[in-house]
Amino acid sequence: MMPFDFRRPASLAEALMAGEGAAEPRYLAGGQSLVAALKLRLAQPDRLIDITRLPELRQIRREPGRLVIGAAVTHAEMAGLSDCAALADLSGSIGDLQVRNMGTLGGALAHADPASDHAAAVLGLGAEIHTDRRVITADDFFLGMFETALEPGELVIEIAYPLPLQAAYAKVRNPASGYPVVGVFVARTRECIRVAVTGAGDCAFRLSAFEAALARDFSAAALAGLVVSPDALNRDLHASAEYRAHLVGVLAARAVEAAR
Amino acid sequence: MEGGEMRLTLTVNGKPITAEVAPTTLLSAFLRETLGLTGTHQGCDTGQCGACTVHLDGRAVKSCLVLAHQAEGRDVLTIEGVAAGETLHPVQVAFRDRHALQCGFCTPGMVMTALDLADRLETADEDAIRHGLDGNLCRCTGYGPIVAAVADAVRGRKGERP
Ligand SMILES: Cc1cc2nc3c(=O)[nH]c(=O)nc-3n(C[C@H](O)[C@H](O)[C@H](O)COP(=O)(O)OP(=O)(O)OC[C@H]3O[C@@H](n4cnc5c(N)ncnc54)[C@H](O)[C@@H]3O)c2cc1C
Ligand code: FES
Ligand code: FES
Repeated sequence: MMPFDFRRPASLAEALMAGEGAAEPRYLAGGQSLVAALKLRLAQPDRLIDITRLPELRQIRREPGRLVIGAAVTHAEMAGLSDCAALADLSGSIGDLQVRNMGTLGGALAHADPASDHAAAVLGLGAEIHTDRRVITADDFFLGMFETALEPGELVIEIAYPLPLQAAYAKVRNPASGYPVVGVFVARTRECIRVAVTGAGDCAFRLSAFEAALARDFSAAALAGLVVSPDALNRDLHASAEYRAHLVGVLAARAVEAAR
Repeated sequence: MEGGEMRLTLTVNGKPITAEVAPTTLLSAFLRETLGLTGTHQGCDTGQCGACTVHLDGRAVKSCLVLAHQAEGRDVLTIEGVAAGETLHPVQVAFRDRHALQCGFCTPGMVMTALDLADRLETADEDAIRHGLDGNLCRCTGYGPIVAAVADAVRGRKGERP
């Protein structure tokens, strides 16, 4: 690792100022992606700002019709929530126990791995990402591979998830890492149906044809005959683009069947 | 000053510790090299194998993916702190009784994860145990005896006969 200094601000106001004077400051959450990147020198910050203990980022609040989760809440903590089974199941499927004990919701979203599990639920539920300076809708948040709408120094504070009438997440897990080869999140809310896919493209995306079919008839049968083009999908040593396109259809149907 | 050593205060196996530590130091390196607690093994150094698993405030984490300063003010438990003197912890007894170790390289990490699991799991469901052990690799014993040992530990905690 290249040298950096380390700050642990005691308040949110202090955290937002903590980057001053550094050329490339970075927030540090669970470190489950960042520490690995530091070792590989893929990231070379000159200052780390540990945000995991800020009370504003550690809250879990129930508001009418929605669940608000602080950015520094861990995957393991989310796996234990009973508010939305689909979100808890998704969180419990990430990586392994040790990764879930350290890794956080905000870190996963800011990192924006193309196979991020959380991205599927944030997009599938139409959540809002609340930062120190604005509210970003899920549809505007994920821009590309490891790329989000966050500006330099922008801190994710909490995520507001609308609670669905029915939802489920289905994924084919890479047996070594736990990352989804493909994951599909399906949600039926009071207003609409949302279908979000992760692992298949540069970043999580929605499938409007699937959403329209499910809006007419919320059943796995309604998806029969819908095809997904492999053209823009990922191909790597784990799966071809054609196989991923096939999985999207299979997993969407599984999620609809499992939705509760 | 960039990269200069910083004071770190934490508890390791119940003992308060204060040291000057560079921000780039991994928790695994701090435990092994500074404190000499070499029971925490270093296998892959990339977060894959789980040999370096320790507890941070009672929860299993991979110490090669944690900076020492992330443990500031926290309680760290390593394999050296699990037994009470010569008396093995029930999870360790289960590993011994089930022959859940062969070369022993993965064992400290396995036991630390098993301790977290034994605390979390309601029942000794095999699928749940296998899912819980997903972050720990064993290259020689085979997982059968390890899963059986964790199942014994879960049942033992519930007061059931293994
Ligand atoms: C072995 C292993 C298996 C894994 N398997 C999976 C998996 O199956 N599915 C999956 O989705 N992920 C997986 N991950 C990744 C894991 O979910 C990470 O926890 C997550 O990607 C990053 O979260 P973190 O809290 O550790 O963030 P960090 O690593 O601390 O930070 C990641 C990035 O986010 C930034 N950041 C952190 N918090 C904030 C914030 N509040 N505001 C703005 N920026 C912020 C940091 O500056 C950094 O750039 C795995 C990781 C490992 C090591
Ligand atoms: S040494 Fe830490 S996970 Fe392998
Ligand atoms: S006992 Fe040898 S690696 Fe597990």
